[in-house]
Amino acid sequence: MSKSIADLEEIARKCRVEIVKMVHRAQAGHPGGSLSEIDLIAALYATRMRIRPEQPDWDDRDRFILSKGHASPGMYAVLAEMGFISHEDLKSYRVLGGVCQGHVDMKWCPGVDFSAGSLGMGLSFGMGCATAARLDSSERRAFVMIGDGEMQEGSVWEAAMAAAHHELGNLKVILDRNRIQNDDFCEEQMRMFDIPAKWKAFGWNVKEINGHDMTEVMEGLDFLEAPENCNGPSILIAHTIKGAGISYMENNPSFHGAAPNDEQFHQAMVELGEVEA
Amino acid sequence: MTRMAATRDGYGQALLDLADNPKVVVLEADLGKSTKSLHFRKAHPERTVSCGIGEQNMLLVGAGMAASGYIPFASTFAIFTERAFEQMRNGVARPNLAVHLCGSHGGTHTGTDGSSAQSIEDLAVFRTLPNVTVLHPCDDVSTRILTTRLAGTKSPSYMRTARNKTPVLYDDIDPDSIQIGKGIELKDGNDVAIIACGVLVSESLKAADMLMQEGINASVIDMHTLKPLDGQLVDQMVERCGAIVTAEDHNVIGGLGSAVAEHLVANKFAPLEMVGVPDRFGESGQADEMLDVMKLSAKYIVEAAKKAISRK
Repeated sequence: MSKSIADLEEIARKCRVEIVKMVHRAQAGHPGGSLSEIDLIAALYATRMRIRPEQPDWDDRDRFILSKGHASPGMYAVLAEMGFISHEDLKSYRVLGGVCQGHVDMKWCPGVDFSAGSLGMGLSFGMGCATAARLDSSERRAFVMIGDGEMQEGSVWEAAMAAAHHELGNLKVILDRNRIQNDDFCEEQMRMFDIPAKWKAFGWNVKEINGHDMTEVMEGLDFLEAPENCNGPSILIAHTIKGAGISYMENNPSFHGAAPNDEQFHQAMVELGEVEA
Repeated sequence: MTRMAATRDGYGQALLDLADNPKVVVLEADLGKSTKSLHFRKAHPERTVSCGIGEQNMLLVGAGMAASGYIPFASTFAIFTERAFEQMRNGVARPNLAVHLCGSHGGTHTGTDGSSAQSIEDLAVFRTLPNVTVLHPCDDVSTRILTTRLAGTKSPSYMRTARNKTPVLYDDIDPDSIQIGKGIELKDGNDVAIIACGVLVSESLKAADMLMQEGINASVIDMHTLKPLDGQLVDQMVERCGAIVTAEDHNVIGGLGSAVAEHLVANKFAPLEMVGVPDRFGESGQADEMLDVMKLSAKYIVEAAKKAISRK
């Protein structure tokens, strides 16, 4: 908790550099959702997660479940920053035999708690982790990051209903509300209507923040941890920008699942302050 | 008088047997009364998780608990396990988390609920998943023993149980003779081998009696584990009998017959006749009526045995 807002912003900036490098190197992957989620995951890991990078399978660790598992470069960058994997490992993204599989995979990468890749599954898995923690009388929490397009999967709402029914106060969800999914803007694919009202109606504690304002992100994480919100599951709805931090990727559905070319890569490194223009 | 019982009762009893292990948990999707997990729920409500009518969620709650050191037993109707197939595939089998899924009311023997409740493809679909053990025991005793053995395994499983009662075959058996992956030779013959699972094991014994009256001496195998298949036993049957019949209350596509055929074509070969649901959906009817409608009952197994022998 000793990290300043400026420290966290710098961690997130470095992670953005790694995300773009990974996707550029692989010439494949999902930069848009990695860049929208990164401020949230970086802050969560740097200031809240009870983890031991030197002992990734420590029983009493908090779990982090990246349900939108295609946005794996963001998580890999944070895991490298935290010391679970090396920065060299990041070069294995989408490479045969590499720890950084296309979608995050608990069998391949230290620090990954859930094998993702199929949307709508992480919240249920997180509910299982939270239920187990409660049976163990453990203080550990399950943090789950979901995407907004992902909420179109019906099983998300099976889990939302069940987690509230069981009053799982140790289950904390962060919604990366970046408004874009694979084919197009969410609003075009499937209108979402009032998202906070939906979660409230399912019995969840709900707060909305700007997911790129690190001060608000920290307030949001405070909300998830606040004792008064541990009576049941809580969700932080983080309004984000797909592709945040790279001008030509921002709000551009084309960069949900496409890699930058060499020229675009150079521009991204300039915008992130890695190289001179 | 032969004792009659349903395999689902053996499952319910096994969960109680396992309750001394504090890591064993039960997951339900509003069918605990039917799958018989209700006995565990009554005795251990704190270790029973109601997932409502939400099978997809249930499977992954199980995955999360298995990843946290628990041994989850999740059950619903066989037909509804299929609704969570991709959860089983991606969330359970792929990371090899030991979630034990039980589908009760499998097969057309389920009866009067009709075709929507009669799963004829569950064994096939789960057999295609790497890491998953697939079981379909034939009586309550073996179901109870095999279920308790699952708790000691490190990988996931699918077990089909049946709704309706069938003859109990293993009262007074030595439990050590019932092991995952090992077929059981119930009758020793040398003219034809009938390899069966589930409710058709007792039908196969009936068929063997009928064959004996015609001077045909059949072996009968209870192949309660479809995956991994006991290929060694299949090879022995090929050598000894030279003709094979499979019998299952399941589509002829993808189940026990297919598993045996896959083995035969790559090993010692013998003519094979498959008794199974003839690639059609069921309908409402009593359990025994359904076995006749689907051409699964003893007389059809007899016909298949003669045909297999004629092809030697």
